[in-house]
Amino acid sequence: MNEQDQITTDPTKPAQRMRAGSMTISATPWIVAALVLIVLPMIFTNNSAITIMNQMAITIVFALAYNMLLGQGGMLSFGHAVYSGIGGFACMHIMNATEFFAVLPLPLLPIFGGLFGMGLAMIVGSFSTRSAGTVFAMISLGVGELIAASSIIIVAFFGGEEGISGDRTYSLPFFGIEFLKQIEVYYLISAWLMISTLLMYLFSRTPIGRMANAVRDNPERAEFLGYSARWVRFYSFIFSGFFAGIAGALFAINYEILTEENLNTTSSGVILLVTFLGGVGFFFGPILGAIVFTLVQTVLSLQTDLWAFYAGVLFVSTVMFFPGGLAGLIMMHVPAFKFGKARHLVLPYIRTLLPGLITILGLSALVEMIFHFRHAATGEDEMTLFWTTFDSHAVFPWIIAIVVTAAAFWITRRNVPGLVEAWHKANNFSGGRT
Amino acid sequence: MELVLVNLIDGLVTGLLLFMLSAGLTLIFSMMGVLNFAHASFYMLGAYFAYQISLYMGFWVGLLVAPIIVGIAGAGVERYGLRRVHQYGHVPELIFTFGLALLIEELVQFIWGKNQMPFDIPEVLNFTAFAIAGNSIPAYKIFMIFISVAIFIGLLFVLTKTRVGMIIQAALSYPRTVEALGHNVPLIFMGVFGVGTALAGVAGAIAGPVLGTFPGMAFVLGSIVFVTIVIGGLGSLWGALVASLLIGWITTFAKSYNIRMEDILNGIGISTPEYLDDNIFRDLWTITSPQIADILPYILMVLILIFRPYGLLGKRDA
Repeated sequence: MNEQDQITTDPTKPAQRMRAGSMTISATPWIVAALVLIVLPMIFTNNSAITIMNQMAITIVFALAYNMLLGQGGMLSFGHAVYSGIGGFACMHIMNATEFFAVLPLPLLPIFGGLFGMGLAMIVGSFSTRSAGTVFAMISLGVGELIAASSIIIVAFFGGEEGISGDRTYSLPFFGIEFLKQIEVYYLISAWLMISTLLMYLFSRTPIGRMANAVRDNPERAEFLGYSARWVRFYSFIFSGFFAGIAGALFAINYEILTEENLNTTSSGVILLVTFLGGVGFFFGPILGAIVFTLVQTVLSLQTDLWAFYAGVLFVSTVMFFPGGLAGLIMMHVPAFKFGKARHLVLPYIRTLLPGLITILGLSALVEMIFHFRHAATGEDEMTLFWTTFDSHAVFPWIIAIVVTAAAFWITRRNVPGLVEAWHKANNFSGGRT
Repeated sequence: MELVLVNLIDGLVTGLLLFMLSAGLTLIFSMMGVLNFAHASFYMLGAYFAYQISLYMGFWVGLLVAPIIVGIAGAGVERYGLRRVHQYGHVPELIFTFGLALLIEELVQFIWGKNQMPFDIPEVLNFTAFAIAGNSIPAYKIFMIFISVAIFIGLLFVLTKTRVGMIIQAALSYPRTVEALGHNVPLIFMGVFGVGTALAGVAGAIAGPVLGTFPGMAFVLGSIVFVTIVIGGLGSLWGALVASLLIGWITTFAKSYNIRMEDILNGIGISTPEYLDDNIFRDLWTITSPQIADILPYILMVLILIFRPYGLLGKRDA
């Protein structure tokens, strides 16, 4: 038996056993995360950075809630934005119910959003969780489309096309804080981010969370053990609805407006993309996915009109080549670290990834140039790319871009075997420590 | 009475168009057990390719060549994309086709831009075929009906009467046995995927001029196509036909007859509340059938899935 097996399965060393869906069972990551959340706005003080961080936190809560279904329960939902949307809309109505809202401290509002999301999940889950797989996916799609379409028809609750808006500052002041400033909202959202992440993590440790994994992997066997697969799915579904509702409520608090866009199929698709990109196999995967996607969305969309195209390419290549997502990619390196051989990977990585990065940048430069060539207004031949301005209709820039891309691609191809060899060496214990 | 006839024809056109998409989709599903989310995207590609070709060589060449290109693209997607993802399981496959749908939409916007393309009905077919009580029926609609019916008959003939069709049918149910008999099953799968997407391409090429060729056209039709094959029963060709026609007619009739919810509720004995403007159910009271025409298929699907998960004519649980 080599050491790798011992790390993962030795029952006599429970502390070393790899647990499905967990990073660690110590408190350290939570304290670090809380400290980071407290310190972050002191480093990035401007308002736009705080807006991005708020958006990130909301997406994290939503993606984690979604992963309770997809990653831990094996249920693929194409309409999960509905539950966060309903939670958000309900909170908006509470904000507008002046008398009730005046005696309600704002930090308690997300609980109501969660309860409404959970309520809807109870109704839908009562018939959709009978089976997982395609039927569940189809029902979720149908219900999602149904509610998104009704949101335009039922004006009294959803406010039609312009949506409904409210004012968070009418709530009961919370220890003198009225949540007028963006930074106060940031801390409120961060607190809820910590609370709901911790709760969702603890849920995955409870027997019901464990059974969700069992039902995902083998529903028949779980039934033989005496558990109803349907009820296990139902519980995962309603708790996922609860936390999605909390995400919706946080959205309502942050933006003070909700529209049909918050519950349509596009939003549901985005959250699937975020979760899968981060990695469904590990608890922290969706967190990574949410952070990376929000950055791509906000930062890249300022730079280029084609950001959705790049996001699509990234998504499809993730599904094709790294089904474990970013988290899976990171966790692949754990054995190498445990063997103390990770440093042997550094040089081959630099040799391969640096030209690889240049290849990708070169390709995207070519894509941008083609786009500019086809769609720019006539007469506007100048374009700026990577801090250089040139004429996209001249031949010279094209030659440079193609040559650089091809050369970088060639170097990458040449260095890949070296990386593969180094990888095998680093993950093979029998080679001995050097 | 005349209006009924006109609506029947309109619904038939919509239904047959849906059928051309759902036929390919349901074949692909019964073969690989995976719902192809990108199916409607191939329909969109068909429309765009046909448009691009029609600019240089006219409508008819476009109608002929575009589906072939789409079919080749589809076969390529199966060979180099789906087959690779297949090893990870069903959910990643579904997610892959979902991502592909997003990517194709972005790709189309990248190449052709966001605006609608001026893809028009060819001059030869741009006349009124006949009129029913003052409602003129364009010849193009009749043309669409003929093409779809011809394709359906051709498909049925190939699948049930020819040797190739027999092998395909056998490969759908018992791929291992067919493989053991010496047939190249992966190739059959690739071929069926290619033909299925080519059918979607045909639908796109003939629907592009009437429904508009724009980047959102896949999204508009995409989920309805799923609804169709779920209602009809996953994997059933006849079910797909019945469900397509059903949906075509339901939506057309709901749009052309203005049935108000108030009348229905009054009819079953519930009287309209006095102060409708303050009532929380006011939106329910003012609903009319054209308003909800587009969501009727979804309601139907959810009901079908709850009460008869096999679909109308399906034999197996999805």
